[in-house]
Amino acid sequence: MNIKKQFKEGLITNNPVLVQLIGMCATMAITTTLFNGVGMGLSVLIILTCCNVAVSAIRKIIPNEIRLAIFVVIIAGFVTIVDLLLKAYIPALSDALGVFIPLIVVNCIIIGRAEAFCQKNTVGASFFDGIFQGLGYTLVLIVMCIFRELIGSGRFGGGLIDIANGFRLTMDGTGAGIQIFPETFGASIMTLPFGGFLTLGLLIAVMQYALKKSAKKQELKAQAEKEVDE
Amino acid sequence: MLTNIISISLGAILINNFIFSQFLGCCPFLGCSSKVETATGMGLAVVFVMGLASAICWVINEYLLVALHLEFLQTLAFILVIAALVQFVEMFLKKSVPSLYSALGIYLPLITTNCAVLGVVLLNVQNNYNFLESLVYGITGGLGFMLAIVLFASVRERIEFSDYPECFEGFPICLVSAALLALAFMGFSGMKIF
Repeated sequence: MNIKKQFKEGLITNNPVLVQLIGMCATMAITTTLFNGVGMGLSVLIILTCCNVAVSAIRKIIPNEIRLAIFVVIIAGFVTIVDLLLKAYIPALSDALGVFIPLIVVNCIIIGRAEAFCQKNTVGASFFDGIFQGLGYTLVLIVMCIFRELIGSGRFGGGLIDIANGFRLTMDGTGAGIQIFPETFGASIMTLPFGGFLTLGLLIAVMQYALKKSAKKQELKAQAEKEVDE
Repeated sequence: MLTNIISISLGAILINNFIFSQFLGCCPFLGCSSKVETATGMGLAVVFVMGLASAICWVINEYLLVALHLEFLQTLAFILVIAALVQFVEMFLKKSVPSLYSALGIYLPLITTNCAVLGVVLLNVQNNYNFLESLVYGITGGLGFMLAIVLFASVRERIEFSDYPECFEGFPICLVSAALLALAFMGFSGMKIF
C-alpha cells in the first residue's frame, strides 16, 4: 500500500460519503455553518484514526465471531473520550453538534473501515487510511457547509471566522463570518433539512458525473493506444 | 399528563419527524426503501426495537448509571444494550414467531447500527423524560420513521419509471426526492400544540 494511492482514494476515488455512500446522517444534519462542519470532520478524523490503529493492532487476536461487538466497544470508548474532551475544552462545538457527537458510534464510516480495511492491514497502513478517509469526510462536510451557508444566509465561515476583533479564527463559535450578500437575500430553506438532502444529492450527482467522465476518457485513451499498437 | 403524551407523540411523528427534520436513521431510510413491503418490514422492526430500547435504557440509566454516578459511560452502555437487545429479539422471534422473523429477515441485525435507535435513547436522557414519556417517545419516534420510509418507498417505486439525468442515477435522485418530502414535512413545523 503506498501512501499516495491511499490519499487519492480517501479524498476522491473512494471518498466515504460521495463514493462509498456511508455516514450520511450527520453529513446532512450538521452542515449548516462552517464551524460545525470543521468541528465534526476533525472529531471523526481523530476517532477514525484511533480506532483504525487500535483495531489493526489487535486484529490477530480477535475471535472472528465476536469481532463486531469488539469493534463497537472500541469505537464507543474513543467516542466517549472525544465527547468529554469537547465538553471540557470546546463547549460551543459540543452544544452545536449535540446528539451527533455520541452518534459517531453508529457512524458506518468507522465500523466500515474497521471491517473492510484494518482487519487485513498493518498498523501503519491503517493509520494513514484513518487520516485520509477522515480528511475525505471533512472535505465533503466543508464543501456542503460553504454551499449551504452561502446560499442560505449569504455568509462564509460562520462561527469560525471572526472579523469583528481583527481577522482571526475562533474556537468558541462566536465569530460572525464574512457576509457576502445581505442575509435577507438568502434562501433560508437551504439551512433547513430540505437543503441538506438537496445539497448532498447534487454533490453525489456531480461526483458520479466526474467519475464517469474520467472513466470514459481513460477508456478512449486505452483504445487509442491499442489502435496505435496494431 | 395526557396533553404531554399527545404533544410528544405528535411532535415525534409529524413536527420533528426523525428522518425529515432530525436526520436520524438516514442510512436504512435510503438503503431499505426500494420496495414498499421491505420498507414496512423495516419500519415495524424499528418501532419494536425503539420502544423496547427506550424502556430498557431508561431503567438502566436511572437505576445503574445515575445511581452510581457513571453518566460518562452512557454512550457505551446504551450501544451495548441495543446490540444485546437486537440479538435477543432476533433469537426470540426465530423461536416463537418464525413468520415475523422471516418477514423481517436481514433488517433486524441492521437495526443495531441505526442511529435513530441510539438517537432516541440519548434524546430521552437529554430531555429528562420519565419512564412513560420515554416509552411513548420511542414508539412514536419509530412510527414517524415508519411513516417516512413507507411514503418514500412509494415515491421511489414511481421514480423507476421516470426520466432523469444519467448522472443522478441511484442515490442522488433518491436524495432529491427525499428533499421534496422533507419540504412537505416542513409544513408541520408551523403546527402548534396547545
